[in-house]
Amino acid sequence: MQDAVLARQAMARQRRGRWLAHAALALGVLIFAFPIWITLVGSTHDAATIGRGDVPLLPGGHGLENFSTALGEGGGRMHTTPAAGMLLNSAIMALLIAGGKIAISLLSAYAVVFFRFPLRMAAFWTIFITLMLPVEVRIIPTYQVIVNLDLFNSFTGLTLPLIASATATLLFRQFFLTIPDEYVEAAQLDGAGPLRFFRDILLPLSVTNIAAMGVILFIYGWNQYLWPLLIINDRSMETIVVGLAKMIGSGDTQNEWNTIMATAVLAMTPPVLVVVLLQRWFIKGLTETEK
Amino acid sequence: MATLNLSAVTKSFGATTVLHGIDLNVADGEMIVIVGASGCGKSTLLRIVAGLETPTTGHVAIGGREVTRLEPADRDIAMVFQNYALYPHMTVAQNMAYGLKIRGTPKEEIARRVDETAGLLGIGPLLGRKPRELSGGQRQRVAMGRAIIREPKLFLFDEPLSNLDAKLRVQMRGEIRRLQQRLGVTSLYVTHDQVEAMTLGDRLVVMHRGRAAQVASPMEVWARPADTYVAGFIGSPAMNLLAGTLAEDGAAVQLRAGPLLRFTDGPRAGGEGRPLTIGIRPEHMLRDGDAIVTVALDLVEPLGSETVLHGTLASGEVLTARLPGMVPAVGSNMPLAIPAEALHVFDAETGRRLDA
Ligand SMILES: Nc1ncnc2c1ncn2[C@@H]1O[C@H](COP(=O)(O)OP(=O)(O)O)[C@@H](O)[C@H]1O
Ligand SMILES: [Mg+2]
Repeated sequence: MQDAVLARQAMARQRRGRWLAHAALALGVLIFAFPIWITLVGSTHDAATIGRGDVPLLPGGHGLENFSTALGEGGGRMHTTPAAGMLLNSAIMALLIAGGKIAISLLSAYAVVFFRFPLRMAAFWTIFITLMLPVEVRIIPTYQVIVNLDLFNSFTGLTLPLIASATATLLFRQFFLTIPDEYVEAAQLDGAGPLRFFRDILLPLSVTNIAAMGVILFIYGWNQYLWPLLIINDRSMETIVVGLAKMIGSGDTQNEWNTIMATAVLAMTPPVLVVVLLQRWFIKGLTETEK
Repeated sequence: MATLNLSAVTKSFGATTVLHGIDLNVADGEMIVIVGASGCGKSTLLRIVAGLETPTTGHVAIGGREVTRLEPADRDIAMVFQNYALYPHMTVAQNMAYGLKIRGTPKEEIARRVDETAGLLGIGPLLGRKPRELSGGQRQRVAMGRAIIREPKLFLFDEPLSNLDAKLRVQMRGEIRRLQQRLGVTSLYVTHDQVEAMTLGDRLVVMHRGRAAQVASPMEVWARPADTYVAGFIGSPAMNLLAGTLAEDGAAVQLRAGPLLRFTDGPRAGGEGRPLTIGIRPEHMLRDGDAIVTVALDLVEPLGSETVLHGTLASGEVLTARLPGMVPAVGSNMPLAIPAEALHVFDAETGRRLDA
């Protein structure tokens, strides 16, 4: 009798708990997704609708036209820089940064973990400290160096200072430390030199980690704002994140919000695609190792 | 195929000396088992032979060639690791072929040798699999394959069976021995398991705290242990070690536990009252005889055809005996005889064997 009552109470409590959890999740999704939805919808209306101050919640019929304007001519009132070119620039920048960082990190982690040389730990800590010195912190001296090297308005100048930091070194070091010494020794007995070991054994074992790091660093590179803003003033080299900000006029200017939103959607798409396509690897890389 | 010579090999890690001067001469085709308790320096010795460690002092020669300073790859050796160390991203065939590939062996030659070795080990159907798709025993075979395929001068094994379950271990032990004899490759095999050591080795190196306590054939080690450590380490249950003193001008020993035993193989040197340690194997104890000790039994383990008895003597020393047939239950006092012809005599201070 008593037990039945207790059981019913417990069930009710459980049901309430589940409802609460779902409600919280739904609210989270809503808060997170709403601005994106507004952007998506906004990119499918004509300039006048948004210009009037309406915030449409349902898609309109001008999507194709807006996107082709944004891609081919450029968004915003001035139609200055076509998004197609900026997307390409952003992609080149993000890939260079991700690739460069991964290459440097792999090599430095390899050196720190597998070789004994004087000042090894000092080298590691020096690399580690760069984590505390992102471009934003050292922006003035870095700018000076890049200008002196005549790398203004170049992809080298755009990516090099962003590549030079330790983000991925730490992760690869942690991963390399979990690789049993016996693999190194077996490879030594097989006659593999340090470079062969790196190429034939270490790299294949690191693929999932590399993919995971690649996703994170691609997005990091894609979203760069301050540095590209400083170092690029040639419109043909503009990246999409900077270009997007620039196309929003300030003050009394009448903005062409529909094409701006279309450009924003275009700017968001590649990182989303990278995450979706590499998701399986990404999660594997962060959670498991092949051993 | 080659000889192996170690001379005065020592190894220190910082202030701790792990190996105190090992000398060893291995004949062509011989299988040497290095056995000892965990931490005694077996792996270190093997790794010095492999070139994975450099000795602090001393020399290593393989096939008469000084290799002390050579890289592992230049020593023409192959090693089987305890955890196998198969490359996880390569198939079985690639794992076996990797060393040959690096040495620039032609493709057709590699393929032929992979097939041949796989056939020898019965792993042909597994060639396309990754290591994680294999059972422990199969991985073990692949690790062997990777060693054999190189046709090295020397095989090194570091506890290759200790990750297998008991039954598989016995089976693989037999296979390793058969393979080694068939291929005739000089081998060094490290284990902490005395049964493995006894069954596999042409000769054993019993290691104790970084020293070779005894280097001899398994039967020699069992029949004439060089010191009390070897005596207690080899044989199961372990040899009984009883305190005593030299008596009757060296012709006998007076056991602390009571009886006086006359040596059957002749007198030992030293004065009256020289402290001795007397070894007697549990399986040599008798129900009946001249020198009787009384054992207060505290554990009786019936094994079917025989019984193992554990108990205490009047002197407080523990004694184990292995007798054929059935034996009384726990709690009783039992008289047992120590046969004088089965005694091992050691110096009580140094632990060294004293021969007549
Ligand atoms: N690289 C090393 N640095 C410091 N001490 C070591 C190293 N390798 C082994 N030792 C020490 O040497 C001793 C013998 O080790 P090892 O040869 O692995 O023993 P075993 O294989 O007989 O169990 C151990 O006490 C171990 O801690
Ligand atoms: Mg060991």
